[in-house]
Amino acid sequence: MLKLIASRLLQMLLIMGVVSALLFFIFDSDKFKKQIAVAELGGFAVSALSDQDYQGWLERKGLNVPFYERYAKWVGGILTGDLGKSYQTNEPVATLVADRLKKTGILGFWVFALMIPLSLTCGIIAGMKEGSAQDRITSFISIVTTSLPEIATAVVLMSVFALWLKWFPANSAMVGGWNWLALVLPVMTLVLYDFGYVARMTRASMAEVMTSQYIRTAILKGLPYKRVILRHALRNALIAPFTIIVLQMNWLLSGVVVVEFFFQYAGFGKLLLDAALFGDIYVIQAATLVAVFVAVLSQIISDVGYSFLNPRIRFS
Amino acid sequence: MAAITSIPVSPSAPSLLKTLQQPRALIALVLLMWIPLTLYVMLAGAISETVRPYLLLPAIPAAFLLYGIAVTSWRESPIAVIGLTLIFFWLIIAVTVPFLPLVDPDKPIAPFAPIGAVKNNHYFVLGADFKGRDMLARTLWGCQRVLVWGVTATFVAYVVGCMLGLLAGYLGGWWDQAISFIANVLLSFPVMVLFILIMNYLGASGFNIVIAVTFASAPAIMRIVRGLTFDTKNRDYIFAAQTRGEHPLRIMLYELLPNARGPIIVDACLRLGYTTVAITTLTFLGLGLQPPDPDWGLMIKEAANVAKSPQFAYMLLIPALSVSSLILGFNLIADGLREMSLRD
Repeated sequence: MLKLIASRLLQMLLIMGVVSALLFFIFDSDKFKKQIAVAELGGFAVSALSDQDYQGWLERKGLNVPFYERYAKWVGGILTGDLGKSYQTNEPVATLVADRLKKTGILGFWVFALMIPLSLTCGIIAGMKEGSAQDRITSFISIVTTSLPEIATAVVLMSVFALWLKWFPANSAMVGGWNWLALVLPVMTLVLYDFGYVARMTRASMAEVMTSQYIRTAILKGLPYKRVILRHALRNALIAPFTIIVLQMNWLLSGVVVVEFFFQYAGFGKLLLDAALFGDIYVIQAATLVAVFVAVLSQIISDVGYSFLNPRIRFS
Repeated sequence: MAAITSIPVSPSAPSLLKTLQQPRALIALVLLMWIPLTLYVMLAGAISETVRPYLLLPAIPAAFLLYGIAVTSWRESPIAVIGLTLIFFWLIIAVTVPFLPLVDPDKPIAPFAPIGAVKNNHYFVLGADFKGRDMLARTLWGCQRVLVWGVTATFVAYVVGCMLGLLAGYLGGWWDQAISFIANVLLSFPVMVLFILIMNYLGASGFNIVIAVTFASAPAIMRIVRGLTFDTKNRDYIFAAQTRGEHPLRIMLYELLPNARGPIIVDACLRLGYTTVAITTLTFLGLGLQPPDPDWGLMIKEAANVAKSPQFAYMLLIPALSVSSLILGFNLIADGLREMSLRD
């Protein structure tokens, strides 16, 4: 098991190395350098700039050296805890990313806190009796909610709860300080989209367990139905949903980009999108590596957790 | 009794349907519908406006025929039929929209005209957007681009993913190691992060969406095909083909791929839904298809800045619900197909 974790972590480091080098290479193009120049000096000033002045500007910004030199310097900086500075806001990247991650962390926490109990309960109730009315209804609701993309859910929720009923603010930028009410719509959007998928997977797992021999034996022995479900069925039925829920962390990082942009919530997803549009290489680097780290970590946790929970699976 | 009553009265009808259900006839019909539509959307600027609508004429009967065939062959699953109806509703709209009595979707008539209003001699069935363009015309025209680019992107991703999966699964060894590593690198990105990086690097356009979707989806498809290939490559018929001295490429395409098609088709339907989500979302973020042509993602993006009061919410809701109905269609078909394959 330790060997498995070690090899996966090693693979993750390798992947992150490849990804970061690739990103430096991609954002080395003249187009992005021009983009930064235009954003800083204004479009007119850049077009009036002589070639020599432009080279001088590049030198001041440290953009004139080849990308591998900048990459080597950046890697050296990481080892000392220096992630560079944002071209856009001139803030140190480390504090910027940490602050935004905290905000997305709060968002993600509430999404999981609501989504897990909701989807597990629905999935278990549906899977207990395959083909029953409760199964049909749950399956239908979950297929409809997963078919609504985040952007559509966000639009519908905003129209109903923010524009018509005026219960929650339509904009979650929270300019005037922290506001819990502004968090409701982003969380609801993400929960609604994600709950269907997890519920369907839980249902499939539960339905499979309910057809197995040992459940039939338990029922035929005359055990109370509640006890059969809670003591016998759930133990096996919840193994597969566990891995799926952990893997949702990866999905959440995609979802927050859209939701945070739509509701203007200043979180990690919006940071990444803004940085990518600006060509803010050090922020993109840090944000992408955090995203890759979270994604790979969730894959490792789900693999290891699965083999830990399910004694029939052993990695060699 | 039921079997007897279900025999159709006219004997010629089933035979025609049967002929059309042959794979070759089906492929011909799909191409007859798809190629004109793709040319119409992708080569928008290159074809003169007088010829352009006639391009779609052969696609219209093909679309109706395909819908009939699909419904009759999948009638045992009501879920799949509902899904098909949703998809073909938009497909038929896509091929007939130049012939429908609609106003020019890009022409400003009366800004902020509400639903059902009559302004400037025009009846706004679904209202007008903030520039005064007719919402009904924009919504119906909007389906073309999503459908064409979504299906094209998914198709290309499938060709690349299947090929890599077959290579990795059948040849194994270094091929497998190399392809799997690249796939692992791409799979370790959250999808939207990968999309943003690629679209930002390549620039926003339909063809670049195809590339981005290929990068994002092909690794997952490759994994599925690789697993299926591992399962089937030790069967006797593969050994027989090897003994006959068939080329590995031929074995992959003619022996392995057809036998792995079941799960691939179900996954393709789901992935069509994901791609539709991705295209709409990218367009909404400003990284996808560009204005002024009508498009659902673009309509949401443009309206999101303007529709800040309940009476203008329709500007957001109409495109959002349209795109959802398309995705729901793909998901329902996938569900129905899975159900049917489990029943067999």
